[in-house]
Amino acid sequence: MEQKEITVALIGNPNCGKTSLFNALTGLNHKVSNFPGTTVEKKTGSVKLSNKKTAHIIDLPGTYSLYPKSADELVTYDILRNKSENYYPDLVIFIADASNLKRNLLLFTQVADLEVPIILVLNMLDVAERRGIKYDVEKLKEKLKIPIICVNAREKEGIEKIKEVLLDENARVTAQFFSLKNVNAEMLSEIAYINDKRNKYSALQYSINASNLLSEKALKLNAIFEKYAFDRIGFQEEEVLTRYQIIDDAVKYARLKNVSQLKASITSKVDKILTHRYYGIAIFLVLLLMVFQAMFSWSEYPKEWIEYGLKVFTDYIQNTLPPGVLNDLIVHGILAGLTGVLVFLPQIILLFLFIAILEDVGYMARVGFIMDRIMRPFGMNGKSIVPLIGGMACAVPSIMASRSIENKKERLITILVTPLMSCSARLPVYTLLISMLLKDTAKWGPFNVHGLILMLMYLIGFFAAILSAWMFQFFIKQKEKTFFILELPGYKVPLVSNLLITIYEKGSAFVFGAGKIIVAVSVILWVLASTGPHSNIQNIENKYTAIINSDTTSEVVKKELSLQMNAKKLEASYAGEFGKLIEPAIRPLGFDWKIGIALLTSLAAREVFVGTMNTIYSVNDDGDNSFGHIKTKMMAEINPHTGKPSYNTATFLSLLIFYAFALQCMSTVAIVKKETDSVKWPIIQFVYLTALAYGSSFLVYRIFS
Amino acid sequence: MNLTQLGFGKKAVITKINGQLLSLKLFEMGILPGESIELSNVAPFGDPIAINLSEFKVCLRMQDAQFIEIKLVD
Repeated sequence: MEQKEITVALIGNPNCGKTSLFNALTGLNHKVSNFPGTTVEKKTGSVKLSNKKTAHIIDLPGTYSLYPKSADELVTYDILRNKSENYYPDLVIFIADASNLKRNLLLFTQVADLEVPIILVLNMLDVAERRGIKYDVEKLKEKLKIPIICVNAREKEGIEKIKEVLLDENARVTAQFFSLKNVNAEMLSEIAYINDKRNKYSALQYSINASNLLSEKALKLNAIFEKYAFDRIGFQEEEVLTRYQIIDDAVKYARLKNVSQLKASITSKVDKILTHRYYGIAIFLVLLLMVFQAMFSWSEYPKEWIEYGLKVFTDYIQNTLPPGVLNDLIVHGILAGLTGVLVFLPQIILLFLFIAILEDVGYMARVGFIMDRIMRPFGMNGKSIVPLIGGMACAVPSIMASRSIENKKERLITILVTPLMSCSARLPVYTLLISMLLKDTAKWGPFNVHGLILMLMYLIGFFAAILSAWMFQFFIKQKEKTFFILELPGYKVPLVSNLLITIYEKGSAFVFGAGKIIVAVSVILWVLASTGPHSNIQNIENKYTAIINSDTTSEVVKKELSLQMNAKKLEASYAGEFGKLIEPAIRPLGFDWKIGIALLTSLAAREVFVGTMNTIYSVNDDGDNSFGHIKTKMMAEINPHTGKPSYNTATFLSLLIFYAFALQCMSTVAIVKKETDSVKWPIIQFVYLTALAYGSSFLVYRIFS
Repeated sequence: MNLTQLGFGKKAVITKINGQLLSLKLFEMGILPGESIELSNVAPFGDPIAINLSEFKVCLRMQDAQFIEIKLVD
């Protein structure tokens, strides 16, 4: 029977246009999930080939070889390793950069030798032609003996041809390139036997990788390798060189002579400036400053629109639903919590956009290049800069991005300090606190002071990260040798459709992922803040209502009294009791029990702080959830013991520092546990960051109060 | 001579790569004996360096570059 659905794996080197091809094939029709039981990100999309048939495309991380050196290369290797897994592909689309064909074909021949049906997709032929490289595709087909399709993934050219080939069952062919004739046949049989594999290359290749692990199987494999005096690295070297000979032969045969080379690529010229020995780093810092200024000022209008829209919506709900518990819950619980966070969507999208642009242009690799020497004394390498900068958007994907770091120690240090980079979830908290410190219109020269303080917060995070890294390197043992070999891809104009898809993915992950937590936390909090352990709440309400409703009370006093009533009621609620319970622990930092509640709820995720403050101040109130409103209310809060404002400059500074350092993000804890495959490291990280936050906040509060 | 001694504007060919693990990694990335090579950039503080090969560009640290033996060509 004909299959209705086929699984197709998309494999290639880094920077070969794989993401563009994936997007061109699947459009928005894709989702990011994890492989069952792992945090390994699996990006799959489906494409309809005909009325009857659909292909599920799995996008795999770019890799150079099937002997993985880093954790992300391991993903691709793992997929192809086991034929019985249900995501083992029916077919591999191998995408190759035609301007760098020889190197790209190395991995191609390795994958083909696993006897998986494969087709070769040649991309970037235009780039190749500009460099004077052109191939006779028929001749290449003749040598490689598999279907070849030429595409331009950026322009979406050739995509239909790929779909046709995917439909054609006859096109599913395998090819063989490297022969194991120089390897002892008896050893191969033994290895194939214990690995239960029919393909000998696959068995040997798997065994070489597995023999480096600490497992019972590795002991057996090592024993076999020793018995036959098999030099693993020597074999791999020979394998690679033999493959290059076969490839060289095919590539030379198919390459057209006498193609005139156009002008030298502009990449080198641009590199002379952007990675300049003396001012390369200055350019990088100026770029970052521009990003933050833009992020702050461009988000102003969309933020107001969202705020206005939500206000209209909230009013509508409040006036349409009959007054009562449900109305209260929706307006003061859910909508108050959501409004507090949704208004930051524009800033978060802008930040992800800028990072995606820097990545797509090819600049991020250059940042790794110019920063490597600086990162080295801190136990990291140039590749660490990508997770660190990504950490400004979100630590979770960034910690996953640290997989490209081959050296385990450098990778671990990068993972441990990445959460110190100020992520987008801290933006709402920073913005709220900074706006309470200073007037919105404050300027310093041409710069918006808010933008400058925000940049300062990011710098504090960065310096805390590298100093912590420097400290960690003395506690983590180093065994393996460390290399830093990084390809610098040619500069490209980023593809708008790729950027839009990235923003759509990240934006919806924020709204639906964070949104779920925020709604849940808001509802729980609303319940806790409007009910109490004793009958106190009702008593307070009765007492005040009697006075407020009496005719002799003036309007001004009435308003004053109802504010007092709300404060008293919150204090008597479960949330109030809870906050009071922890107040002694946080009083040295200048925080009261209300902030205490917010600190606890934002353990789930930092941005919940703003939603929580909104909910706390909105309970039993007029339903105005806007940003300016919560600010006014927090500023007007009077400490009943001292008669002075509850929150002053010292409190806000102390809170800022606390949020800069504390690890209030359960997703990060979870991802660190999985990425380090240990319980020890997330605990160490959590304790360290909490202690750092507490100590620094304490100092800041002492100094400024 | 090795790669760390290559100056700007000079063309060279890789003759040999020492160090088994390093050579394997470099081979897989397409950095092989016989490939022509050229210094492209030097990072701030003089390390790492970026080199142009015929079809791509890659950067590596001085400590690894010293294991790459080269020969100048005209």
